[in-house]
Amino acid sequence: MKIHEYQAKEIFSRYRIPVTNEIVCYTVAEAVAAAEKLGLPVVVKAQVLVGGRGKAGGVKLARTAEEVPEMAGKILGMDIKGYTVEKILIAQGVKFSSEFYVGLTIDRNSKSVIFMASSEGGVEIEEVAKENPDAIHKFVIDPDLGMTPFLARKIAFALFSDFNLVKQGADMFQKLYRIFMDTDSSLVEINPLVITEDGKLLALDGKMNFDDNALFRQPEVEALNEPTEDERKEIDANEKGLTYIRLDGSIGCMVNGAGLAMATLDLIKYFGGEPANFLDIGGSSNPQKVIDAMNLILSDKNVKVVMINIFGGITRCDDVARGLIIALEKLKVEIPIVVRLSGTNSKEGLEILKQANLPIVETMSQAAQKAIELCAQN
Amino acid sequence: MSILVNQNTKLLVQGITGRDGSFHAGKMKAYGTNVVAGVSPGKGGSAVDGIPVFNTVEQAVHATGANTSIIFVPAHLAADAILEASEAGIELVIAISEGVPTLDMVKVMPYLTKRGTKLIGPNCPGLISPDAALVGILPGNIFLKGNVGLMSRSGTLTYEMVYQLTSNGIGQSTCVGIGGDPVAGLYYLELLQMFQDDPETKAIVLIGEIGGDAEERAAQYIQDHVTKPVVAFIAGQSAPPGKRMGHAGAIISSGSGTAEEKIKAFERVGVKVAKIPSEIPDLIKQVMS
Repeated sequence: MKIHEYQAKEIFSRYRIPVTNEIVCYTVAEAVAAAEKLGLPVVVKAQVLVGGRGKAGGVKLARTAEEVPEMAGKILGMDIKGYTVEKILIAQGVKFSSEFYVGLTIDRNSKSVIFMASSEGGVEIEEVAKENPDAIHKFVIDPDLGMTPFLARKIAFALFSDFNLVKQGADMFQKLYRIFMDTDSSLVEINPLVITEDGKLLALDGKMNFDDNALFRQPEVEALNEPTEDERKEIDANEKGLTYIRLDGSIGCMVNGAGLAMATLDLIKYFGGEPANFLDIGGSSNPQKVIDAMNLILSDKNVKVVMINIFGGITRCDDVARGLIIALEKLKVEIPIVVRLSGTNSKEGLEILKQANLPIVETMSQAAQKAIELCAQN
Repeated sequence: MSILVNQNTKLLVQGITGRDGSFHAGKMKAYGTNVVAGVSPGKGGSAVDGIPVFNTVEQAVHATGANTSIIFVPAHLAADAILEASEAGIELVIAISEGVPTLDMVKVMPYLTKRGTKLIGPNCPGLISPDAALVGILPGNIFLKGNVGLMSRSGTLTYEMVYQLTSNGIGQSTCVGIGGDPVAGLYYLELLQMFQDDPETKAIVLIGEIGGDAEERAAQYIQDHVTKPVVAFIAGQSAPPGKRMGHAGAIISSGSGTAEEKIKAFERVGVKVAKIPSEIPDLIKQVMS
């Protein structure tokens, strides 16, 4: 789960990490009032849950009173990578000297939280990682010890030479680690972290992502969730035990298991087709899931054919078949469906499906090819 | 031989009175696994399918000599169950539970290292050494005893691959589902070394997916330490960036963790990569002949 910059900075503030003075606005009039209150210049920043908004023109400096409504008007309602800008942040303009990057994330290899720090802030850290990996300092944090004062100092010394900045940095980095652990984050980032004219560290931007598996114990975090329409569909699906991700093609897919579902999409592409969705019905044998899944697939009007690929393990093929028969009756499906059932109780499942007169194939390669063929005919 | 589980496995089932725990305890026992005990706090003294149930792992280990544990408890209790098994001296823990908070796993890891406990999972289907022991939720009937070692981040895709191998008469020494979470126990490197050291294993199948760089590291490890032939498959070649493809760890973030990079890494060290699952049996036949 992701949150907006202003929400991340509100959390930073609560832990007494210095951030820019700023106000969230939903209208141009609010933006003008905010700029008057903060004083010029101000930075107008689109608040969207996607990266690269600067490049997309979603961040602008307003130097004069006239520029504020002009820029706010331009950015509000703007489309950034499919996300519409519904709110903007009016942030006080700050003069600063250097820009740094600091961030915490999970490192799969050391199976720990790591702290990343770089004096090449301001740009995307992934770009630095690709072009100049040595510019990023990485520190593995021992989960038993946490962020000790000496480790925080070590990180700060890697970035700053002025001891006054080292002290501020070490204090800030310990707080960032506390935020990460307290909120079950998967990413906490300040980019850029800047030194102001009066020699103070300041978080100019902030980013936080959270572990979806831990939201059950983070009600305050979960309350910040603002899913888009597609994401809302994904969340609804999750509540029904399904994992759904909408894609652009026209072959709807129903598969059990995430790996097999990914491999199914790959196979459709390999044979020249375009999948309409990723849909994992998970590992249980509830016929209702098949009905919900079919409903979800058909809610996408681009779908011209449905491919069902089930490898029974815990999932029993006869249960899937039963669910499918009910779904066909209830939903009056008019588009072709290709079925491949293998594994636990597949014989019984195929027997049940005989009555529905569906095209049944033996392997997933055949299923993908048949689906593509039927898709071309529709 | 095989790796990790065999005839000497004495299995304990944590969460044996739950829906999944009781169902799979029975399945594993029916397969021939030596299931010696179950644990369910408050239900000690009862039995499931003839398997005695204890209140604590310590009691179960003391009474039955269990050396391996499989965990079916709800996700928010899984980390504690893993710790309990490790503290009681269990050597190998398999965590099936799905949806365990990542930081719970981060906090558990140092203790397991200190105790020398091996962990597989969480969010995994378990493992099987055909005809010897099934420790997991895998459908036992699709496996065939033989000489191919298999490791995978996915469940049903593993079944698909095994089904292809078995239908082509290619048997397996041990098949391990390592799970789809970002922080997990035994991973490619440890398993590659175990298969390399196992005399029964003649070739290795590695099934990876998008996200992280474990496959790239595995490729490097194969070049440096593995002399047995390895073939691979990577799921998620058509996955869009930034989307979590079901598994918590299966996400392409900012252009890294793509299938393309992983396939390149394998091909660079001479590991053949199947473009589609049905190519795996032919590739195995090629490298084993």
